[in-house]
Amino acid sequence: MIKALFQARDHFQGRSCSLADLRPGQRAIVTSVTGSGLATQRLYEMGILEGTEVTMVRVAPLGDPLEIRLMGYLLSLRKAEAAMIQVASP
Amino acid sequence: MTATLIKTARLALVGNPNVGKTSLFNALTGLNQRVGNYSGVTVEKKIGQVKTAERTVELVDLPGIYSLSAHSPDEAVVMSVLCERGAYDLPLDGLVVLLDASNLERNLYLYSQLLALRLPMVAVLNMMDVAQDQSISIQVAALSERLGAEVVVVNAAKRSGIDALRLAMDRLLNHPQLSPAPLPEFGHDFTSERQALSAWMAGRGGRVWSDFQVERALIDQGGDAERQFIQQFGPQGRERLAAARQQLAVTPSLAAHEARTRYAWVAERLEGVFARPAEPVRTLSDTIDAVLTHRIFGFLVFVGLMALMFQAIYSWSTPAMDAIEGLFSQLGSWIGAYLPDGVLRSLIVDGVIAGVGGVLVFLPQILILFLFVSFLEDCGYMARAAFLMDRLMGQAGLSGKSFIPMLSGFACGVPSIMASRTIENPKDRLATMLVIPLMSCSARLPVYTLLIGAFIPAVTVMGLDLRGLTLLTMYTLGVFVAIPVVWVLKRTVLKGEAPPLILELPTYKWPSPRVVLQRMWQQGRAFLEQAGGIILAVAIVVWAAAYFPHRSEIGERFAQQRAQLVEQKAEAAAIAQVDAAEASAYVEDSYLARFGKAIQPAFAPLGWDWRITTGVLASFPAREVIISTLGTLYSLGGAEEDSLKHALKASRHEDGRPVYNIPVALSVMVFFALCLQCASTLVVMGRESGSWKWPLLAFTYMTVLAYVGALAVYQLGSRL
Repeated sequence: MIKALFQARDHFQGRSCSLADLRPGQRAIVTSVTGSGLATQRLYEMGILEGTEVTMVRVAPLGDPLEIRLMGYLLSLRKAEAAMIQVASP
Repeated sequence: MTATLIKTARLALVGNPNVGKTSLFNALTGLNQRVGNYSGVTVEKKIGQVKTAERTVELVDLPGIYSLSAHSPDEAVVMSVLCERGAYDLPLDGLVVLLDASNLERNLYLYSQLLALRLPMVAVLNMMDVAQDQSISIQVAALSERLGAEVVVVNAAKRSGIDALRLAMDRLLNHPQLSPAPLPEFGHDFTSERQALSAWMAGRGGRVWSDFQVERALIDQGGDAERQFIQQFGPQGRERLAAARQQLAVTPSLAAHEARTRYAWVAERLEGVFARPAEPVRTLSDTIDAVLTHRIFGFLVFVGLMALMFQAIYSWSTPAMDAIEGLFSQLGSWIGAYLPDGVLRSLIVDGVIAGVGGVLVFLPQILILFLFVSFLEDCGYMARAAFLMDRLMGQAGLSGKSFIPMLSGFACGVPSIMASRTIENPKDRLATMLVIPLMSCSARLPVYTLLIGAFIPAVTVMGLDLRGLTLLTMYTLGVFVAIPVVWVLKRTVLKGEAPPLILELPTYKWPSPRVVLQRMWQQGRAFLEQAGGIILAVAIVVWAAAYFPHRSEIGERFAQQRAQLVEQKAEAAAIAQVDAAEASAYVEDSYLARFGKAIQPAFAPLGWDWRITTGVLASFPAREVIISTLGTLYSLGGAEEDSLKHALKASRHEDGRPVYNIPVALSVMVFFALCLQCASTLVVMGRESGSWKWPLLAFTYMTVLAYVGALAVYQLGSRL
């Protein structure tokens, strides 16, 4: 509950949160992707870049990984990777 | 070039995963395909012949990739084949690029890289029906202009547009042209740095690199191009490369720069030619997904499917397996009747025929497992299974993709190890293969059943049957041991960056029966061709060890007994007993049993006697053999379960102590639970991993674990 309030505040103030913080159904625009290893390169290649619109679809029943929709396809990412992706409300 | 000459040319089929490449390849080549491996790597090599109007084209089906930034072995092979003319003896005349119409933006990322290869290309647009479902509009003719290549629309699953594609392939080969489409521009800084690097490389000799390959070396940190660069130019090369990257210190990274550049290029190419509705249309696939990945329903369906698959491998294959065993047993008796008693007969009947039967008996399980796996893969469910199980498998150090191979290991390890090729990451694949044998397979069950039936009392503990509980413990033992084993493997032999799970969830589609059945058949055939010979060889070696020296003195001794009984007109049963005793004496005198008795002291702390040791040794090629070996060693002619149980219970050491008690029974069961006693598993593991060191490692660590486990159980058990 408290977290949701803070998230709402962040959104209202235009601050970004990470992809891992999105709720199912929420849309956002990627603002940056941190990290520089293989995982990050893969994310870029799959289209997760600054300016890409993503929609959080669902979380797996066991809590991890997440499923997002971007550029018309569905991608599954672990929360660890999703946390590297900063997003802002569209 | 005369019209009567049939010209051969070679094209490569490239594209993202899940775009229907296999269907298209099948549609183009029919049954003219061969599957193998690229030399030196465990990457599947698929080549087929396409008969066009004017020629026969050799088509190489390259593994599906998202980008040519090679990190995994699959990608490294694709890059070699595409970038180095003549790599793996496959010089290419052009490319057939398969694109998914519903996913065009991401598919064109790869296309933009392929353009740089300067090979003639024809683009194929598949899955237009899916695009239509999503209300996507594409202007094909305009797209063709933008891409600078002919675009052929096909429906690979329905096999439409294939003839048009064949014509396009002929056109491509008759008039090879490079696409006039502009390449993505990386900017002046990048280009000049790359040129400087190329010049530096040229000055040092060795293989000449294309511009594209140099780009890859610059951008892909830790990738295959970098590895090759350092291999060719040594520590100086490493420094020079680092210096070049330093110069190009773009924020946040070169990889980001490349992606930005390429996707901007894609957007520009698709401008006005490709449109997607602002609000994604909810398709049937989405609705199905909502159910199949649902918290509750999703799990129910998953568990149901897994149970069905398991049941199928376990029980549906049983009639077929029994039929095969029966057939070979009949064949053995039939041929045996024609041969005189002696070495040749035993070799043929007990060695070769039994051995071949022992190989073929795996076929039903392999075919059934791959029927399921191919079906689930083709329809798109496999990715969801990995999605559901990832968290659980992550706790064990693996990813969701390992779940199905490991689960099927409870039925039989051989097809499961083959099924682990669906795991792209090599380290995860190896780790999975190395622990699959710990999953108690169906061959262990007769051992458990026999020993539990004979020695575990039928009492109830907390409302549960102790016998059932013991069985369950043996099964879960493997799983619990597997977790620390994976942990250790990942920190020692399989050390490396833990790969992320970045997994596309493809649109659901009706699986193509052709694709599914073909993949199933290919796996069955691969097993027979690659593993069959070696398994048979091992079976014969073991036969020899258990047969020779087969001294005639023993035969003479029993012949006398038999003659006496015949004179006394004794019953057939009495004569059968003599036969059984004779068989037992032969085996007891065999090299195998001699070896067993020799190493017996090492197994005494486990509570075993020489018969158990010999039986265990004999069952190293195949677990079930222990039942028949023990049967023979106890002179039981036909090894019926009840008579064997009695024999075990009655068995005594020289000093009168019973050989078997609960701790001994448990120690044997634990040994079987943890030991890799299956030549077929070892052979298949060797083939799938590409090296004999992995089965050797698996065999060693499991034997050690089994010994220690059995020792601990016996020592602790006898003190309780």
